[in-house]
Amino acid sequence: MSVEGAHSNGSASAEVAARVERRWATIAVIIVVMMALLAAFAGIHRATMPQPRVETTDPSRLHLSGEFVESNLGSVLETNGNVTVRAIGQQYSFTPACIVVPVDTPITLRATSADVVHGILIQGTNVNTMLVPGYISEQLMRFTKSGDYLMPCQEFCSFGHEGMWGKVKVIDKADFANRAKGGGRLSCVGQ
Amino acid sequence: MLVNRKLILAHFWLAFAVFGIALTLGAWQMFIRSPIGTWLSNPELYYRSLTAHGTVMGYVFPTLVAMGFGYAISESALEQRLVGVRWAWAGFWLIVVGAIMAMVPVGLGRASVLYTFYPPLIGNVFYYLGVVLVVVGSWIWVALMSVNLRVWRKAHPGAPVPLAMFANVAGSYLWAWTAVGAALELLLQIIPVAAGLKATIDAGLARVFFSWTLHAIVYFWLMPTYIAYYTIVPRAIGGRIYSDSMARISFILFLVVAMPIGMHHTFADPQVGAGFKFIHSAFTALVALPTLLTVFTICASVEIAARLRGGRGMFGWIRALPWDNPMMLALAFSFVMLGFGGAGGLINMSYQLDASIHNTQWITGHFHLIFGGAIVIMYFAIAYDLWPHLTGRELIDLRLIRTQLWLWFIGMIVTTFPWHWVGILGMPRRMAYFDFGDPAIAPQALSVTLSAIGGFILLASGIMFIVILARGMRAPLVDAGPYRFALAVHQPTMVPVALNTHALWVALMIALTLTNYGYPILNLALSEGTSVPAVYVGAQ
Ligand code: HEM
Ligand SMILES: [Cu+2]
Ligand SMILES: [Cu+2]
Repeated sequence: MSVEGAHSNGSASAEVAARVERRWATIAVIIVVMMALLAAFAGIHRATMPQPRVETTDPSRLHLSGEFVESNLGSVLETNGNVTVRAIGQQYSFTPACIVVPVDTPITLRATSADVVHGILIQGTNVNTMLVPGYISEQLMRFTKSGDYLMPCQEFCSFGHEGMWGKVKVIDKADFANRAKGGGRLSCVGQ
Repeated sequence: MLVNRKLILAHFWLAFAVFGIALTLGAWQMFIRSPIGTWLSNPELYYRSLTAHGTVMGYVFPTLVAMGFGYAISESALEQRLVGVRWAWAGFWLIVVGAIMAMVPVGLGRASVLYTFYPPLIGNVFYYLGVVLVVVGSWIWVALMSVNLRVWRKAHPGAPVPLAMFANVAGSYLWAWTAVGAALELLLQIIPVAAGLKATIDAGLARVFFSWTLHAIVYFWLMPTYIAYYTIVPRAIGGRIYSDSMARISFILFLVVAMPIGMHHTFADPQVGAGFKFIHSAFTALVALPTLLTVFTICASVEIAARLRGGRGMFGWIRALPWDNPMMLALAFSFVMLGFGGAGGLINMSYQLDASIHNTQWITGHFHLIFGGAIVIMYFAIAYDLWPHLTGRELIDLRLIRTQLWLWFIGMIVTTFPWHWVGILGMPRRMAYFDFGDPAIAPQALSVTLSAIGGFILLASGIMFIVILARGMRAPLVDAGPYRFALAVHQPTMVPVALNTHALWVALMIALTLTNYGYPILNLALSEGTSVPAVYVGAQ
């Protein structure tokens, strides 16, 4: 092999090599910085940010008192027109198993787990969060199309994981307001 | 100067044997959950298989490859007999015992917790103890790599450490430190509960500990592949390393920035606040840097080889490359898969985009493409390259080797591209069964079937790989000569201390881990009332 040629006029070629390399390193650094800036920009301006606060809850008392007692689960129309949905995951179902919400409305999903780690994923949307027992997950969402969406558990939660599928029904705003008139917590279980 | 060939061969053979078993399980999983498989009447079997497949492919197989390759590098790059051979064998046997100890309860369905553990699900205690033994065995290797380098330095004061060994030791330190996260989780949290000493556990804290391990372990898997890119490929195809110092900088960057970014695995978790998610996300962008540098240096090194072979023109030189050389083929396939996988990785690292694919089949598709594809195909190439030096026999089936590599590449593409796609459609991961009769799931059936077909191609390729190596044990004797690594165009005679030692960078790695993990871990550990009752697997 004749790399010797490259060797004999070593210093000149070494300089060229180093220059090309520095140029590439600069480009690489710029790419990385751009990516970080892009992430920061998207986070701040599009407001898709992680939940700001860590909230805890005691899973062994979930059924007894507090926000996640059974009678408080489901969708509720707030006075400002927004909707809050409260749900829990347990082996191997969600309560409520069918969530009903209005279209084109800001919705806050608050959920937790009663036993092991689960996840909530609503197909066809970017609603996707973990349910970790002891902690409350909060996610903001808004559906622009009415219809039925599948809502599988996306984390292995033991032997029945493959059967843990919930549903989301997105309905007309007026229809939802009508149903919400009587107060109480709405769901579409059994419908 | 490969003296302890038996030791190295033992590591490689055990690695490839368990790889063969886990690969078969993987193909079965693919098949059984696809529309062409018949419905599995007992889904629990799927999770046993998945735990075994993940544990072997994630912990046992790559660790053994890194160890065997590490010993080979130490002896041949330093030209020095391995110091501490007995310890090395002790490490090997610890892994054997640990792997068996872990796999017995898994086989019995007593530890179907998957390789990520995720408490409060708790399996049989021997599963976790087995994993701990595997890690302890690998830590012996880490210590030996450090000791061997030190012995060499004493004999060669001030001399540049050969690049292969410099990178190898960097990889071993990265592994030692990144394994600490899962070790803390196992020793402080899981094992006391699995042994029945405690009944509650903080699931959120456990996930943060695990994320400490989960990212950088990926770079530990990657190390043998990157070492092969820099120090084997250029030699095998008749070229030179474009730049020795850029190579060192890349390995140092891996050591420093792979660690403090693991919380990108908890983007969707409620127990980590937005601030630390943002910090880890920003740091994650940094790990693209060593890979971008590597792609440049390796492409330039390959171009050198092509021009030495008479290649001309802006891109014309590509034709002059030795395409019938398995190492060239493996490198090209590896780079193509790294390119696609890297593009997917950019999506995962962005908090906003991650939300649409988090824990879907996209993720499994992604890491199979990178790990099973780009990384493992270079493990194959490393084995092919080393084999004659380990066995003293020639690998004669060049055509079979090329076919094997082609099949692995095609199989990976056929398997993982549709796998990504169903992830985008929202198909959740780790499920034993999908109801393809449901009209909302039916559109995924074709893609899942394609993936299953790709799985069988991969299985065929894996079997060929093992057959080639086995036949190599009985081929005609040959004198393969000493095992050598690639030289740089400008081979260094002096290297700055910072690029020749690891201490500064290890200190930086530890410091960055503490700043990026210290507060969240302490905060979670000290907060009251977040421990939850353990849920024992197989105890209903
Ligand atoms: C070649 C190296 C391979 C490596 C390193 C590897 C690694 C892994 C790991 C670590 C997991 C655990 C993922 C989890 O628990 O979610 C996994 C899952 C899986 N692997 Fe592999 N694997 C390899 C090859 C294969 C092959 C060839 C196939 C198919 C033929 C396959 C099929 C699967 C399947 C179906 C899953 C389960 C995915 C799920 O249910 O979510 N793997 N693999
Ligand atoms: Cu689940
Ligand atoms: Cu990661």
